[in-house]
Amino acid sequence: MTAAPPALRADRLTGTRTANRRSRTDRTMRLVAGLAAVACIVPLAAVLIFVTLNGVAALDLDLLTKPSRAQGIGGGAAAAILGSIQMVVVATVIAIPFGVLAGVYVREFASARPARAVRFAADVIVGIPSILIGIFVFTVLVLPFKQYNAFAGSVALAVIMVPVIMRTTEEILKLVPNSLREASLALGIPAWRTVLSVVIRTGLPGILTGVMLAVARAAGETAPLLFTALGSRFVNVGDFGKPMDALPMFIYINARQPYELQNQQAWGAAFLLLLFVLVVNVLVRARTAGRRAQ
Amino acid sequence: MTTEIDPALPATDALPARTPAVGVRPSVVSLADRPSTDEATSGRIEIRDLNAYYGDFRAVRDVTLTIKPHAITAIIGPSGCGKSTFLRTLNRMHELTAKAHLEGSIELDGEDIYDPSVDPVTLRRVVGMVFQRPNPFPTMSIYDNVVAGLRLTGRRRSADLDVVVERSLRRAALWDEVKDKLQSGGTSLSGGQQQRLCIARALAVDPEVILMDEPASALDPVATLRIEQLMAELRSNYTIVIVTHNMQQASRISDYTAFFTMGTDRAGYLVEMDETVQIFTNPKDQLTEDYVSGRFG
Repeated sequence: MTAAPPALRADRLTGTRTANRRSRTDRTMRLVAGLAAVACIVPLAAVLIFVTLNGVAALDLDLLTKPSRAQGIGGGAAAAILGSIQMVVVATVIAIPFGVLAGVYVREFASARPARAVRFAADVIVGIPSILIGIFVFTVLVLPFKQYNAFAGSVALAVIMVPVIMRTTEEILKLVPNSLREASLALGIPAWRTVLSVVIRTGLPGILTGVMLAVARAAGETAPLLFTALGSRFVNVGDFGKPMDALPMFIYINARQPYELQNQQAWGAAFLLLLFVLVVNVLVRARTAGRRAQ
Repeated sequence: MTTEIDPALPATDALPARTPAVGVRPSVVSLADRPSTDEATSGRIEIRDLNAYYGDFRAVRDVTLTIKPHAITAIIGPSGCGKSTFLRTLNRMHELTAKAHLEGSIELDGEDIYDPSVDPVTLRRVVGMVFQRPNPFPTMSIYDNVVAGLRLTGRRRSADLDVVVERSLRRAALWDEVKDKLQSGGTSLSGGQQQRLCIARALAVDPEVILMDEPASALDPVATLRIEQLMAELRSNYTIVIVTHNMQQASRISDYTAFFTMGTDRAGYLVEMDETVQIFTNPKDQLTEDYVSGRFG
């Protein structure tokens, strides 16, 4: 059965025509994939560059400290800055208990079926266009009072924040080792206290990360505020029963005006908003990276 | 001083035997030197016809045995024979697993721990537990770890806590190593120290029974020896049940040994229980003989 081995060819390892074609195809496809990857970065880079260049040029003390003029031309974004801060703070205060408790419920207490239902609902809310949330809050908190008001704006933002906080809380609590729950329960610590003082306490940095991401998301929302807080040229501090301005709405209104000065103000406000969202995201990333390294 | 302390707790000075003398290192006590355990009365556990399930799967079958008070009972047997499940039924940690349930009865000093009137939270303060892997609370200092069981159940005012911390850490033979860094994190300690911290944490709530689920299997030999010495120290005041894979450990430290194995239905069952010396030198059952002589498992 032993056949004579075929004669060795001297060129058997060097390139043939198919091999050459294969390596050409390889180079081409690598290039195409690389270009596609670059194309993903271009929009982000473009937004950053355009907003920064135009925004920095438009930044001045007036923009930060003065409200819009009554005639609509000139002045600054003070009403919008203060309004954004107030509404986001109130929205956060509303959203944290709902979001964190819902996350705790889903991870720590619910059986599989209700947990799936709550998780599904949260994911759907995240996917709903935010203008629909604005309309929903409009019917509930604006129509009955016949008055656009900042509280409705806060509630609309909170509705957007809750599922984000809930899902992060749930994911973080999944990372808390079960051995800690057992250690606590085995000491005769009641379940509620175990969840509060051991489980949530251990996951707290991660939960705060989720809250920060939700804050960044809410700060940039325009649509939910259009029918709720409405926007305002006047500085409104503390009166949540009245309309209030916010940075995204300020950008939206001013960018559509025919006057160069107002467009400049929109760029300036856009830069402020971008700065805030970027800073929050970078902080979050720095924190999570630090934790992974531990 | 009694006004400062919850009357439900025994006064600290009423239990001098529980506080080892300062600076005395625990040492292994040989079986022959040990006092008779018959006079102790509290901490006796009677298990009758115990069947433990996870859903439809029976993990423990028809176990009947008595755990003697103020002695060390070792549970040995091959992997998957239901040792840990059995241990977890003794302080109702078993029922925390989804779909877990059981049949039969377990009585602690004559009281059925599965009676509907028994609160498992209260039970676990009497029957404490130490786990295989050291699991100190990572967000808490050494000090806070020790008092977690008291503080988080709202049973002690802070004035008493210093006393409890020192006493518990001394009993767990950890005080000398950590007394100068009580405020540093519990997870900054070595593995063996962490496990002794967990033992101190369990002791701080003043249990009568301590369940140990392979407490030294994640530790190096030196740390293991420390834990074994510690158990010998604790033996005179607590009822200790230890699950171990390590037969030498069982023979070194325990007074009684229960040998479990797995049946053809994959349910673990008790083959025999006797004094440790009997189990290792003159077992009644061929299965036990084969196991302790290393012929299977």
